[in-house]
Amino acid sequence: MTNNKVKIKTEKLDVFYGQKQALKNVNLEIFNREVTALIGPSGCGKSTYIRCINRMNDVIETCKISGSIKIDGQEINNKQIDVVRLRERIGMVFQKPNPFPKSIYDNVAYGPQIHGLADHKDKLDQIVQTSLKKSALWEEVKDRLDEPGTSLSGGQQQRLCIARAISVNPEVILMDEPCSALDPIATAKIEELMEELKKTFTIVIVTHSMAQAVRVSQRTGFFHLGNLIEVDTTDKMFKNPNNKMTQDYITGRFG
Amino acid sequence: MSKEELLKKRYRAEKRFKFYGLTSVILAILFVLFLVNVIFSKGKGAFSRTTISVEVDFNTEKLEIKNNPTNEEIQDTDFYDLSIESLLNVYKTKGLKEEKDLIRIFSPDYEFEIKNFIIENKGFLNKTTIIELTASDDIDQLNKGNYPRHLPEERRRISDFQLLIYDKLVEDNKIQKTFNTFLFTNGDSRDPELAGVGGSLLGSFFTIIVTLLLSFPVAILASIYLEEFAPKNRITDFIEININNLAAVPSIVFGLLGLGILLGTFDFPRSTPLVAGITLALMTLPRIIIPCRASLKAVPPSIREGALAVGASKVQSVTHHVVPLAIPGTLSGTIIGLAQALGETAPLILIGMVAFVVDLPSSPVDPSASLPVQVYLWSEQAERGFVEKTSATIMILLTFLITMNAFAVYLRQKFERRWS
Repeated sequence: MTNNKVKIKTEKLDVFYGQKQALKNVNLEIFNREVTALIGPSGCGKSTYIRCINRMNDVIETCKISGSIKIDGQEINNKQIDVVRLRERIGMVFQKPNPFPKSIYDNVAYGPQIHGLADHKDKLDQIVQTSLKKSALWEEVKDRLDEPGTSLSGGQQQRLCIARAISVNPEVILMDEPCSALDPIATAKIEELMEELKKTFTIVIVTHSMAQAVRVSQRTGFFHLGNLIEVDTTDKMFKNPNNKMTQDYITGRFG
Repeated sequence: MSKEELLKKRYRAEKRFKFYGLTSVILAILFVLFLVNVIFSKGKGAFSRTTISVEVDFNTEKLEIKNNPTNEEIQDTDFYDLSIESLLNVYKTKGLKEEKDLIRIFSPDYEFEIKNFIIENKGFLNKTTIIELTASDDIDQLNKGNYPRHLPEERRRISDFQLLIYDKLVEDNKIQKTFNTFLFTNGDSRDPELAGVGGSLLGSFFTIIVTLLLSFPVAILASIYLEEFAPKNRITDFIEININNLAAVPSIVFGLLGLGILLGTFDFPRSTPLVAGITLALMTLPRIIIPCRASLKAVPPSIREGALAVGASKVQSVTHHVVPLAIPGTLSGTIIGLAQALGETAPLILIGMVAFVVDLPSSPVDPSASLPVQVYLWSEQAERGFVEKTSATIMILLTFLITMNAFAVYLRQKFERRWS
């Protein structure tokens, strides 16, 4: 099931917010076309980690990142890399659904438009349709693409955000607790969707739910207080972890 | 104290508090009603004017004019003799004093009014017709019931003889009360019956346009830069504090600035809407920047992140997503800032907008008055006609302010977006 092609590789990754160190010497490999789950108690640095991959931490002025982040062997943690181009390759879905207060169509069409992926209307229509189909939302919204994205239910909004992320055809999708604001039915839908998406995309998901990590991921990393404690296949992590701390966390003894 | 008593005490305190609050609200409403009532009862008279019917014989021979004259030819003709003759026909007089008294029941513009009538109605040449001429301020006030006619003659400006004429004219139905269009079309005048806010309306209009054109783009760009792009450091903190300070600077200080720099150093034309507009723009800038920044700040960061995450550049995330969401708040802040500028008097006095200007301004570089300054100017006049005009001008000014504020509220409510 697992393959050996490394998509993202971080080495000696340190992140500081001002004086506070959020990540300490994180060395992690994320493999191509599988789902990697990052678990750990709140404030352990998992969100910080995925925000390094698409350089969303650049928005925070006090944030300093050192170490190496390589995507397909190319270093992205330097000034030369163009973040706009990088974020086109690495999409992101946030904890709280954040569709733009525009129509459903415009939400999905925005990315392709700014990146010039569609040179005429038909092509754009097609991209919107494929993206919504891939995110399993098409059937529910195909008759009301003009309605505002914010009029959808929470679960639909999150799938709209996924459609928005995949509309620019990225290589990696980062998901920051995508289901924490959703009910179990909507969560199930998103999880089904991830099963489908991992055939084309590399997915990194931050989650607080052990069950979710088990259900969706092939590989799991456990973070604690900014340290990557352990990373292995999900099977091994949940059945027979090497580290005592991992054992305690996944069995609910702390966290 | 038992639990029961304590509970009762708490309820009493609640009732007391509600009572205080309600009293304050009622008191505030009463004050507003009182104010509106005073202004309205004083000002309503200014919206009507008194005219006297006068028979005029437009005899071309007497006027020494051709039968088919052009407008210019009429303009160049002397109508004085014809006017005096027509006015004296209104009532039988003996001697120069009575003649003078009779002529003084008319506004001094009678010759001009007669001439204008015939320019607009050339068909009446060589015919006799009845024209409505504006009555003098005193007769106007007498007709509106504001004049103390029971006083002894030496303490009145209207003579007994004039009262006699007036009563006879009323009896003959020759005195009319009509809607006062002069109030809106005329410029300022020494004669209250002819004075209007036309000039100051235009002056205020030009001023606000200049203020809007200068302050709106600068304020928007400054707030977008400060809110979205500027690094958070000591310099931007310092700028922020000073913007707040500037918003609290008394407006007259900006008047001094306009006087010293615009009029003094740069020699801009005095008493003009251009200078007033620039001065008020400086005053309004911080007052617009503050609400603009607040409405930009109110856009949730998740929208910015969403845009950045699909690969929008910083400028794209701001112009495509943040600014459109902030526009309603921005616009209503701008309108309220402009409304404040519209009602501003003190800085305009310093830059010479208190000048007495009769002509209507046709551009922002013509000398003119403005509405609030007109209120100030007329409030200093003793004539009863100006007293009611002062209140009428306040009514007009308040109408504009309330309309602008209502529009701001409308914009905010109509376009306000809610986030889940």
